Amino acid sequence: MKICITAQGATPDTKVEERFGRAPYFILMDRETGSYEAIANPFADGAGGVGPKAAQLILDRKAEALVSGLLGGNAKAVLDSAGVTQYTYRAGGSVRDAFDAFRNNTLERAE
Amino acid sequence: MIRIAVISGKGGTGKTMVTAALSRLLSGSLVLADCDVDAANLELVQSPRLLRTDPFMGMKSAVIDPAACVQCGECEAHCRFGAVDRDDDKYRVNPLRCEGCAVCTAVCPAGAVTMQPRQTGEIKYSETARGHLVHARLVSGAGNSGLLVHAVKKTALERDGQCDLFLIDGPPGTGCPLISTISGVDAVLVVTEPSVSGLHDLKRVVAVCRQFRPRVLVAVNRWDLDPSQMEKIEAWCRDENISLIGRIPFDPAVIDAVRAGVPVTETGASPAAQAIRTLAVTIEQELSNPDRPK
Amino acid sequence: MKLAVASGKGGTGKSMVAANLAFTLASTRQVTLVDCDVEEPNLHLFFPAPATTTEVTMPVPVVDESACDHCGKCGEFCQYGAITVLRDRILFLPELCHSCGGCTLVCPNSAIREEPKRIGTLTTSAPMSGMKLVSGKLDEGNPHAVPIIRAAKILAEGDPLVICDSAPGTSCPVVEMLDGCDACILVTESTPFGLHDLELAVDVAARLDIPAGVIINRSDGKDQETLRFCAGQDLDVLMTIPFSREIAAIQSRGDLLCRARPEWQEDFCSLYLKCRSLAGVER
Repeated sequence: MKICITAQGATPDTKVEERFGRAPYFILMDRETGSYEAIANPFADGAGGVGPKAAQLILDRKAEALVSGLLGGNAKAVLDSAGVTQYTYRAGGSVRDAFDAFRNNTLERAE
Repeated sequence: MIRIAVISGKGGTGKTMVTAALSRLLSGSLVLADCDVDAANLELVQSPRLLRTDPFMGMKSAVIDPAACVQCGECEAHCRFGAVDRDDDKYRVNPLRCEGCAVCTAVCPAGAVTMQPRQTGEIKYSETARGHLVHARLVSGAGNSGLLVHAVKKTALERDGQCDLFLIDGPPGTGCPLISTISGVDAVLVVTEPSVSGLHDLKRVVAVCRQFRPRVLVAVNRWDLDPSQMEKIEAWCRDENISLIGRIPFDPAVIDAVRAGVPVTETGASPAAQAIRTLAVTIEQELSNPDRPK
Repeated sequence: MKLAVASGKGGTGKSMVAANLAFTLASTRQVTLVDCDVEEPNLHLFFPAPATTTEVTMPVPVVDESACDHCGKCGEFCQYGAITVLRDRILFLPELCHSCGGCTLVCPNSAIREEPKRIGTLTTSAPMSGMKLVSGKLDEGNPHAVPIIRAAKILAEGDPLVICDSAPGTSCPVVEMLDGCDACILVTESTPFGLHDLELAVDVAARLDIPAGVIINRSDGKDQETLRFCAGQDLDVLMTIPFSREIAAIQSRGDLLCRARPEWQEDFCSLYLKCRSLAGVER
């Protein structure tokens, strides 16, 4: 299962980015193996509709869950429709910290 | 963090004055945002010290390269916003009308149209006596004020998300900027006035708020200017089960305070100042009681 | 002649000026009053009358799923993020759509057509002899004010004298309202808020190359700053209306100053003449 975590940099050691649509990077991590792939977000500086566009991007990469801080209503609508579960992480740690918290089932679902 | 937006429906009801006074009265750490980006006035009564300014890039805008243009007119024919002007067979895009849809780039056979980023405003981050203030200035005549509202709110949340309270001075109306303002807030305080128009606009803006999740609270400014309209507002709020929590009297001290650049609550015990103090206490009680009806 | 009544700041008395001007002029000529404050239209409150209402729509895409192969071109093209292509269907977020028609153009399978979606209404009435009132009204929760303003102005197109009442602010709805007007009345109040927003409104009118004049409403006599600004910008102060509890009460009950106190009609007639010369219209 692939989990997408919003990140400030291109590796799991960088901090979790709280924004979704304008996150600099998306780190896609494999829940089972812990291997990862970093995607630079082409919409980070975009003007409009960045939430749903970023959602499209992670759907195309087959993410099944998302871990982020703030999620806009439009992005949420898209992810809900596609069956991607969203979790909130605001503890200020690294992508790997968020990944561990996800694996330990300690993250809250985004409301 | 509790997020409160002060809105009005009708313009000029005293939203900004109430927001400024509440910022001094509500307890806890606080970040302020002026989301009335068309006409941002909160700074006029908060004496902000500017810390930084960031450009706001609105939607991209189409630009036609005259050297590459073959004057076929396809862009003009397909533009739904009337943004392509023709002058003696020269085509150019009017940035005030362009909505950035990029249809012209898709239909141009010569590849002469490109989408270019355009700065349509700036976001300002300042320090005030009561926490940080995020405010903005939109290039006049520019679109995307809803997007700028969104950017202002995000800046406040990113930089000051640890504060106890997020207090927003909202825009008038019920359209795009208002919707951007109230999305994600816990409560809205609608400041209205006792007039036929005030009540009419109150009803409309409450209908919009109910499509989102915030608790709706109402305060009436200059309520004594027309007690019979005041009764109608009271009756409507009662019927709709909305908390009418503030009655601020007409008071010349308000204008004097605005002219002095401070909230009216800083200039002594005028009747309006007293009423706003009572309002602040009531808001804190309302927000600490999660079971009240929306 | 097409006159606009605008103001940067809300609640300065725009609708009051537009309504009284139209009321006064309607006794001697044909006036069309257009409420372009479509988010919060109020002019009809001054002029209750039987009215006819029509819907305003904008075209939005509808995908024929049987012809769609989920290639993703529409979603990629849409600048507003209104279309997302899921594994098995297309998700459309109508509140983000600007009706540009781009998705229908780029679809290689012609699987997208457009259907009208209601965004608001236009209400037309004849509340008194000599007056036509057109009110645009945006449906609650809908963000698209501009197409309604455009439609309302089309209903008044060609009428001899049109007075448009604007939304507050300086962004797209105000630009749409001002577009094509011959002159603009900017209503302000003599507070720092009023002056700050007047400066913004003057700037918009200047960008659109529309001659403007100023009305100071609810004046408490402390207008020096505003007068200084107007003199510096070479703006005429067309009228000053004092603050009085009586005028406020007439307003708040939904009545008109010129109906309750007919002596004000003379002031509004002279306002009209000043607007004519602002617009450069010969008598």
